[in-house]
Amino acid sequence: MTDHALTDAGGTLSGPNNLRSIATDLSSDQRAFKNVPWGKAMMWIFLLSDTFVFSCFLIAYMTARMSTTVPWPNPSEVFALTIAGTTLPLILIAIMTFVLISSSGTMAMAVNFGYRRDRRKTAILMMLTALLGAAFVGMQAFEWTKLIHEGVRPWGNPWGAAQFGSSFFMITGFHGTHVSIGVIFLLIVARKVWRGDYDTERRGFFTSRKGNYEAVEIMGLYWHFVDLVWVFIFAFFYLW
Amino acid sequence: MAHATAQAHTQQHPIKLYLVIWAWLFILSACSYLVDYFQLQGYLRYSLIILFMMLKAGLIVSVFMHMAWERLALVYAILVPIAAVLVFVAIMALEADYTLLSRLVFFATGS
Repeated sequence: MTDHALTDAGGTLSGPNNLRSIATDLSSDQRAFKNVPWGKAMMWIFLLSDTFVFSCFLIAYMTARMSTTVPWPNPSEVFALTIAGTTLPLILIAIMTFVLISSSGTMAMAVNFGYRRDRRKTAILMMLTALLGAAFVGMQAFEWTKLIHEGVRPWGNPWGAAQFGSSFFMITGFHGTHVSIGVIFLLIVARKVWRGDYDTERRGFFTSRKGNYEAVEIMGLYWHFVDLVWVFIFAFFYLW
Repeated sequence: MAHATAQAHTQQHPIKLYLVIWAWLFILSACSYLVDYFQLQGYLRYSLIILFMMLKAGLIVSVFMHMAWERLALVYAILVPIAAVLVFVAIMALEADYTLLSRLVFFATGS
């Protein structure tokens, strides 16, 4: 009988968090994802679908790279930069990685301050996150420009397998688009935080729903996902 | 993860936790960069890249995205479908091997 008590929608959840709880949650009335706001559950499901999209890109890249008889260009050399006379392999990509990780750190803290209802710190940290994200996109634009000047095209490049260019532009382009959209959303949510929309539960202009600080966490989920995808791109495309 | 208590709507962790994870992500990123910097090759390179990647991904998902404190029903709903991706990777790896073999056999001179 104690199992049935768990199936109540809402209310306090004091039951265990194990395999049995999954069964009772999923078979319960009204809502399967207890104590998760619907917006957060929907963002997670969107991120899962986005995972599949990026997985398909990376798998396509893997297939192209594994099946080509022409040598693959060495990313370590392609993305090397000469700074003050010394050639450093992959240095720009490393800096981009650190910038994106830092933006993830500031975002995580923004979510935390959001739940503490510290309006000012939340907004400032989100603006900082957006700034770091914009810096990332800027460096990516620089990288694209450099490679295009060196003759990399989706149909060929001076160093080896033609699929290098198409994989590169497709994967980093799609990721850069995600970062850019994230920066725009960050600025929108940061403005709402700054204005106090989530304290007064002001209704959104588009959905007319009352806002609260969960929006910051949902925004954070998206941003961390963008960072997460970069971890995989960095490992498989740049380092491999 | 299984021992984490699901607390409704209270995601209150000390800021220090995020700074520690941030530092770890920096260290792990630096490590994966050093793999390339020192030009490690072969299985050592691949295993190190995968190791650092998985550790970073795990930290981001579990702490930054609060997965460690979510209820298991949500955790499984998100993580179990990822297995399909791994199956797809295996299928396409086999396919790529076959394509490479055909190219070597029938088009030995070109791409």
